Amino acid sequence: MDLANKNLALLFEVSGMPVYLTQSLLSTWIVMAVLILSAIFVRIKLRSFSPVPSGFQNFVELAAETTDNMVKSMMGDGFESLGGYFFSVLVFILVSNYTVLLGMRPPTSDLSTTLALALLSAGSMHFLGISRHRGRYFKEYFEPVWLFFPMHLMEDLTKPLSLSFRLFGNILGGVIIFELIYELFPFPLRFVIPSFLHAYFDVFVGALQAYIFTVLSMTFISLKASAD
Amino acid sequence: MDSTAFVMGCSAIGAGLAIIAAIGSAIGQGMAASRAIESIARQPESRGTIMTALFISCAIIETTAIYGLIISLILLMANPFVGQLP
Repeated sequence: MDLANKNLALLFEVSGMPVYLTQSLLSTWIVMAVLILSAIFVRIKLRSFSPVPSGFQNFVELAAETTDNMVKSMMGDGFESLGGYFFSVLVFILVSNYTVLLGMRPPTSDLSTTLALALLSAGSMHFLGISRHRGRYFKEYFEPVWLFFPMHLMEDLTKPLSLSFRLFGNILGGVIIFELIYELFPFPLRFVIPSFLHAYFDVFVGALQAYIFTVLSMTFISLKASAD
Repeated sequence: MDSTAFVMGCSAIGAGLAIIAAIGSAIGQGMAASRAIESIARQPESRGTIMTALFISCAIIETTAIYGLIISLILLMANPFVGQLP
């Protein structure tokens, strides 16, 4: 039984350090291609908006409006421009988690992907906080007294760490459980019984973790950058 | 005894011990879920808000268990001690 993320091919070398095409990198590229192609498809299909939506346009507007309402209810006013970013993060994580149903290794079972997403959230948190609060942003690190400064720094470090580890641990845990199950069961039992477990570990946990990652990112950003 | 085998066996025991951290988060999630169900039974109309808060708080409670899982995964799959053997 091999649980590791296998190297498929050597891509290039950076000063002697080899960079490999791993299984999760390949599925990341597949997810990216699917998302870009579907975005182009939506754009071509909806070249002319009709004022009264119907059919496919209804569905697209529903998805966009749901994310916008989520941003508004979670983060308050002043963050409407972030709706598109959170929609793409949500859809990327969701599609990534569901690639495991097609037998690929999900991109989110690689710490690099989840850490990159969490650092994006942390970076936009600091950027928006500084650009909206200016000096007040740095003053909050010394509140209520200056003794709390190391604690605030620690919190800044653990926020992206816990965000990335939560997604990574849940998805990799699912991958390992299914490796064990398919190893454990004799051949005729491998067909029907694991599908119930797939419904929980892949479909339910995948959707829940995508939702939770997005909502926690929203909460962190609005805590640092809201205008009160 | 072969020193590599000793280190690998101790790492496997440590991986098992690290996941004991899941006990606390399991108890916490149970308490959160029971309170949420009590509130839904008292006020069925505020079900959506309570469920959203429950999912988010369960995800935050889960973090300690995930840290334990990460440590046991590191011990099992990317063991840092085997490379330090003489």
